[in-house]
Amino acid sequence: MVANIGYGALLITFLISIYGAVAAVYGARRNSSTWVDSARNATLLTFPLLTISSLSIIYLLVSGSYSVEYVSSVTSNSMPLYLRVTALWGGQAGSLVFWSWLMSAFASAVTLRKWNRDREFLPWVILVSLVTLAFFLILIIFVENPFVRIWITPMGSVSTAMFQPAGTSLFTPTDGQGLNPLLRHPGMIIHPPMLYLGFVSFVIPFAFAFAALVTGRTDDRWIRVTRRWTLVAWLFLSLGLLLGGRWAYDVLGWGGYWGWDPVEIAAFMPWLTGTAFLHSVMIQEKRGLLKHWNMVLVILTYDLVIFGTFLTRSGVLSSVHAFAQSAIGPLFFGFIALTFAVSLGLLVRRWKELKSTGYMTSVFSREAFFLANNWLFMIILVVCFLGVTFPVLTEALGFVGQRIPALADVFTGQKVTFGPEWYERITAPFFAGLLFLMGIAPLSAWKHSTLKTLGRGAWKPFIASLLVLVIVFFIGVRHWAALLGFWLAALTASITLFEFWRATRARSHAHGENLLLALWNLAGRNRRRYGGYVIHLGVVLMAIGIIGIEVFQKQTQGTIAQGEQLALGDYSIRYDSLAVFDTDDGRNVARAVISVYRDGKYLGELYPRRDYYYESQQPMTIAGVRSTMEDDFYVLLVDWEPVSTAGATFRVYHNPLVNWLWLGGFVFILGTMVAAWPDKDPELVVERGRQVIAAAQVN
Amino acid sequence: MRNISAKVLLALALSVAAVLLPSETVFAQQPTPSDDQVNAIAKQLYCPVCENIPLDVCPTQACAQWRDLIREKLAAGWNEQQIKDYFVDQYGDRVLGTPPVRGLNWLAYLIPPVAILAGAYVLFMALRSRQNPTEQPDSTMLVPPPADEYVSRLEEEVKKR
Repeated sequence: MVANIGYGALLITFLISIYGAVAAVYGARRNSSTWVDSARNATLLTFPLLTISSLSIIYLLVSGSYSVEYVSSVTSNSMPLYLRVTALWGGQAGSLVFWSWLMSAFASAVTLRKWNRDREFLPWVILVSLVTLAFFLILIIFVENPFVRIWITPMGSVSTAMFQPAGTSLFTPTDGQGLNPLLRHPGMIIHPPMLYLGFVSFVIPFAFAFAALVTGRTDDRWIRVTRRWTLVAWLFLSLGLLLGGRWAYDVLGWGGYWGWDPVEIAAFMPWLTGTAFLHSVMIQEKRGLLKHWNMVLVILTYDLVIFGTFLTRSGVLSSVHAFAQSAIGPLFFGFIALTFAVSLGLLVRRWKELKSTGYMTSVFSREAFFLANNWLFMIILVVCFLGVTFPVLTEALGFVGQRIPALADVFTGQKVTFGPEWYERITAPFFAGLLFLMGIAPLSAWKHSTLKTLGRGAWKPFIASLLVLVIVFFIGVRHWAALLGFWLAALTASITLFEFWRATRARSHAHGENLLLALWNLAGRNRRRYGGYVIHLGVVLMAIGIIGIEVFQKQTQGTIAQGEQLALGDYSIRYDSLAVFDTDDGRNVARAVISVYRDGKYLGELYPRRDYYYESQQPMTIAGVRSTMEDDFYVLLVDWEPVSTAGATFRVYHNPLVNWLWLGGFVFILGTMVAAWPDKDPELVVERGRQVIAAAQVN
Repeated sequence: MRNISAKVLLALALSVAAVLLPSETVFAQQPTPSDDQVNAIAKQLYCPVCENIPLDVCPTQACAQWRDLIREKLAAGWNEQQIKDYFVDQYGDRVLGTPPVRGLNWLAYLIPPVAILAGAYVLFMALRSRQNPTEQPDSTMLVPPPADEYVSRLEEEVKKR
């Protein structure tokens, strides 16, 4: 019953979104506000309908209706309530519904804004939102339906279908398979919604860009309208990536936070173009340059969002054959190709109207640095895109080698792997370049800057950074890449802090405020700028953490008997005891007790453990971690002898400075929130903007 | 450091003693070759069955066996390259963390530098044209012109609205 309601709601939403999209276009063509309003109402209707659908799934999950295939695949009797609810995005079908629900929420929110000044955009924004939504609904309804139930014939053969096949009855398993244990982690519970929020909210800036292209309103209105949307989208995407990293560090048991896995890169690619976009739109706003390029970036970001979902949802990464087996892959492929071609077609059509209204005046101007930043981001994007798609291509192109024996050595059809080494070797200099640009760009001015003006602002922070370099050297760091990285981080941090200091002091003098108040008012007046600087400081902290773990991580593995010790650098562990026991929630836990020593001094106990989930027959390694700002001491229980008096194998990591990464992430998010914080009175800002435009027109 | 070398010496002395004085062995100190030696090689290899998980950290039973295989080969006197070659022979190029530079894989090493240079060229052109207001100082060259018939057809259709 509930499954039928949920499915019905999906079907109706699909029809309504198709109707809304058609009505929007028709209304725009006929210049009929009645039709556009109808399309707007259709958009608003999708949200409650998809809410019904999502609630139906949640009801089924919570009530343990295992006759529904999705429910039995992601929940089990032993799972607590919060995990059953969050199982909504624990599997393919449910997460697609969740994606659509968020999409409808954002589409509704955007249609509810005040449109009086850009009414011509409305139908096209509706079109983009609803077409995107309809596409996901097609996937859900026709390929990955979460409401499909399990049916059994009298002969005992089991099949799945939405509606009862003839001669079968409903089959209800007594228990489900349960959620993948890897996903039963707080980080994994919040990570997908954040990522999806980021993905979905990037649809809105694209929708406005698309509207600007269709309507030919090629001023930077679309950028000003979507500025905050973009920042919010970026905030969620960044948060999603950070949480994913933290989850990997805690749960995956390899002592790292980022493994250049295609799934990670899938979410990283729209972040790259999104970050480039955030910077590059400022050039258009301030200088009237790069209008084409901003369109390209927002189109890329949108299609990379869809592409990211495609990569993680189509099975194309595991093998080309999995891709071909399901209709989901080709559908995604078609949709990406279509949206990309249509958007680029529109861009080309408006090419002349998007001519720059200014021109570059100095190599050392802010816009020149932003341009360089875009170049670096694009290189990293190209490397990521290559790394993700190349293995698929080599595998797919194997048929060429089979057909033409002469080319068999070239087109082997063998899949290849791109590990961290490949990515890091190519991208490391460009990340360093970004860090450097991030440092010096704030010193430059729009339009006119010379080496001299840069130098005037830079010399004090430069000396400060050299001091840091000397200190780091004397502490004992000799690795050249680490020295370079720490120096860059110090340079960027000191310039950014220096900028804060200069501006705060100037304001304090001018307004007679004390420094703290001056800083507060300063940041409040130009939140995007100072929020951006806080983000930069966050990146510096993250860079310190990344250098720490990438360059100085040490590890060892060894099997030791009880009472014996295993050493790693200054640290050593002693294996004290091991207990193996069952828990109420269906796990078999092997938990070791070890003592940690540093330079022979006792520091405390750690409890690395291995949880084995009976239902899903999956083991999970939970590290015992001693975490300080200086380093993490990270111990994994790899193996143990059944007789507990015998030995156990431990894998031990020493991860220097890794906590700076998480601290930096925190600062990063804080800065983004400062930048994206809504203005007190948006109408006032709009009014001011209108006056400026009016004044400009008079002139 | 002294601490470590002392331990190494102790371990050596113990193992020599263990060989010289066969008795009921206590708990084996470290298998030879050591886990770290095995992991150093396993780290560069990718599990042939699991997706994108380096062999040194893959928790599955199959991977544990593959690590044991590395240990056996090391004990038999194979060097790192021989072991890697063996794995490639058995399971294909995908077990390597960086694709071997042959055949189509050349592209994986050619495309990044080409992209870097192309981007640098666009950047250079954009910055060079700064004194000349008639030229367009942006990176529009990154977008290919609509030579595609499909694109122009789409364009036509949009124009008809």
